[in-house]
Amino acid sequence: MIARALGAIAVVALLAAPVVIPRYHVTLLLPAFAYSIGLLGLNLLFGTTGLLSFGHALFVALGAYTAAALTTHFHILHLETLLIGAALVAGVVAVPVGLLCVRYVKIYFGMLTLAFGMLFYSFLYKFYTLTGGDEGIRVLRPRLLGQAFAGLDKVEFLIGPFYYYALAVLAMATLLMHRIVRSPFGLGLRAIRENPDKAAYVGVAVRRYRFYAFVIAAVFGAVGGALLAVPTGLADPLLAYWTHSGNLVFMLLLGGFDHFLGPLVGALVFILLQDTVMSLTTYWRFVFGAILAVIVIFFPRGLLGLLAWRREPTA
Amino acid sequence: MTLLEAVDVRKFYGTFCALDGVSLTIAAGQFVSIIGPNGAGKTTLVNVLTGLLAPTSGRVRFKGDEVAGIGPVRLARLGMARSFQLVNVFPGLTVGETLAVPVLARRRRGGRLLASLARDRETWSDVAEIAALFGLGDRLERPARTLPQGDKKLLDVASAFALRPEVVLMDEPTSGVSTADKHAIMQTLVQAAARMGVQAIIQVEHDMDIVFGYSDRIVALHQGRVLADATPDAVRADERLIDTVLGRSYLAR
Repeated sequence: MIARALGAIAVVALLAAPVVIPRYHVTLLLPAFAYSIGLLGLNLLFGTTGLLSFGHALFVALGAYTAAALTTHFHILHLETLLIGAALVAGVVAVPVGLLCVRYVKIYFGMLTLAFGMLFYSFLYKFYTLTGGDEGIRVLRPRLLGQAFAGLDKVEFLIGPFYYYALAVLAMATLLMHRIVRSPFGLGLRAIRENPDKAAYVGVAVRRYRFYAFVIAAVFGAVGGALLAVPTGLADPLLAYWTHSGNLVFMLLLGGFDHFLGPLVGALVFILLQDTVMSLTTYWRFVFGAILAVIVIFFPRGLLGLLAWRREPTA
Repeated sequence: MTLLEAVDVRKFYGTFCALDGVSLTIAAGQFVSIIGPNGAGKTTLVNVLTGLLAPTSGRVRFKGDEVAGIGPVRLARLGMARSFQLVNVFPGLTVGETLAVPVLARRRRGGRLLASLARDRETWSDVAEIAALFGLGDRLERPARTLPQGDKKLLDVASAFALRPEVVLMDEPTSGVSTADKHAIMQTLVQAAARMGVQAIIQVEHDMDIVFGYSDRIVALHQGRVLADATPDAVRADERLIDTVLGRSYLAR
């Protein structure tokens, strides 16, 4: 009940935000929305299935580069097409990568995903004729539902139509992921997380389920990545770098991976915190490292774990 | 009707011979206990019968299908379930969710990606029925890790039964449970098996009260060979056998 009320308040606040809060802060919400979508995927792997990926940025970058290539090279500007294209490309790439990665668990899975992420980073960095190298590829302003909004300048476009578009995509992604987690398949994933050997003996095809979760996570990552690249107007290799994957894991731990809404809270708080700390000190990475240490040691269930502490102690 | 059949099964670990020409036929309606001293090959036999280990030579067939190396998921589909010696649950899942996993697998609904689990009435009524048979009907919402040890064991066995298999293999179903709880668990288990259409139970068991109290056939293993395959009464009458398999201490009781 309380969770629903809080959720309703959050939705109303987000709908009203562009009118109520300063423009600058509205632009900060855009990457938070995009990251939230990517993190919903990452958390299906980690929170639900128990597989921690250190290479999720690969798929975020893949989504961004798909949007960049489609707008710049193919002059496809419909954002719906860009998002579907990003999802398809990520799905196709995730099949071979996933088939290899889900053969392993725990740190071995993590290291292999990290390796694939770095492989993709090297590809983006070195094949500059195709990828633009360290300069990346520009992402042109997309059309939303066929509308160009030519009368609006860049910021007006971003904090107006694009803001609500991104919010709507986030809402759809959240509902879709909620359905997946609450489905029979989602229960199978949780059973795998809790005890994979037992899961197999009660009829769960463990590796196949892990593979599906991997592909779904990749698709969410790429849709988030495509949305992320619109406000910055650029897809560059750092999106695939391992520190970016690290940031994604950080956001997840910050929000709380054992809560369905952890990814959303984590992305939002991370972006706002990063902005605040960066404006105060150039040593913001140091501060973030300290924050991460505190979270892992004292609040392993993240910010939403703090709210839920009374419900059930962690055993 | 023959359900499970092992023909001249040999299993070597390196040069060590764990099973040395074991032949066994399990028919519908049987409750078989496999007994024998430590190292006799009991667990190896169960692993071979469930396809977890491929025999070095010989065959294992379940309802005519070759079992060797088929893996647990296909084993469950064929109609064979297994539980292990150590209590094996999903700590973070509730009792109801734990039982829903095998129920969904049996109904081939486990892979449904967008269906609502909460609204799947047939699954939940099946779950409730199985939970009631195992005396867990009032604990459906409890996370498995908060159950007492005896209930965890029951849940473990119940989740194997929830596949509604034809054959259940259990590695010491009452291990790790207090003596007082053992008979309660066995009675629950036998009743549930009858109600759920389980046609044969095979168990590895050390506790002779349980072995003689519940099985109608005993297979005694010794050094990888079948030393005896007979009714409990026949086994009890054979002093030499008891001496070999159970030791003099059992005779002295």
